[in-house]
Amino acid sequence: MNLIESYGLSLLGGALIGLSASLVLLTHGRVAGISGLFGGLFLPGYDARDFRLWFIGGLVAAGLLLSVAYPTAFASAAPPSFVVIVAAGLLVGVGTRLGGGCTSGHGICGLCRFSARSLIATVTFMGTGMLTVFVVRHVLGGSP
Amino acid sequence: MKSALSALGAGLVFGLGLGLSGMTQPAKVIGFLDVFGSWDPSLMFVMMGAILVHLGLTRWIRRRERPLLDTRFHLPTVTRIDTQLIAGSAVFGLGWGLGGFCPGPAIVTLGSGALSAFVFVGAMALGMVLQYVIRLPRESSSGAAERA
Repeated sequence: MNLIESYGLSLLGGALIGLSASLVLLTHGRVAGISGLFGGLFLPGYDARDFRLWFIGGLVAAGLLLSVAYPTAFASAAPPSFVVIVAAGLLVGVGTRLGGGCTSGHGICGLCRFSARSLIATVTFMGTGMLTVFVVRHVLGGSP
Repeated sequence: MKSALSALGAGLVFGLGLGLSGMTQPAKVIGFLDVFGSWDPSLMFVMMGAILVHLGLTRWIRRRERPLLDTRFHLPTVTRIDTQLIAGSAVFGLGWGLGGFCPGPAIVTLGSGALSAFVFVGAMALGMVLQYVIRLPRESSSGAAERA
């Protein structure tokens, strides 16, 4: 895939994400923040479990469809090792709940509502994400 | 019924967007975060595309009194910028850079049957429960607010 195709697909994928987030807002009046929608499925005190379940079901169904029609989407599915995956998952779980959102809720929906909280969150997780990759790849010399 | 269908449809479109955009490829995500090495800027276009579409539509939608299938909007009301927000986001970024997965793409990857996605999503759920349990005694009253 050349550069233009890759950028174009990213732009198109992004537009679909924006479209979906708008749909969620228009029909259900909610923020399409995935960590919040997912956490609210099983953590106490959240409403709209049906909505959450169907939305998450749609995400998984998309994965099923993509694995048949566009397997490239999962061409590099496996991060380095079991231990790293578990550690990464735990950190993402704790971090998104503590910080109140992830790439979608803060990075897209929050920024579109001009939320200062979301701007700070986005700059922070982008920053520590870049720092982590820098340390792992260029200081420790690993290749995740 | 209408509500279930629209939620399923929105999830489907969101997931297809993530898959097409490259966000479900951890190696690509790590390449995007590798600004000090061989930086792959393509994922910047994901955010650009999403914001371009959502920014305009958000303003238009919020002029409505209420959403189509609910009695009111459920938008975050917290505006406080505190250590929780910053520490949480920092921890999230650490995990994101380590595994190349953020929540949405990991859940979409479940549909491909990849074992790594099941392990990641399981660990993520456990992390969310741990965070809930640990901070419950301190602020049980505001624990359930949607905060994004």
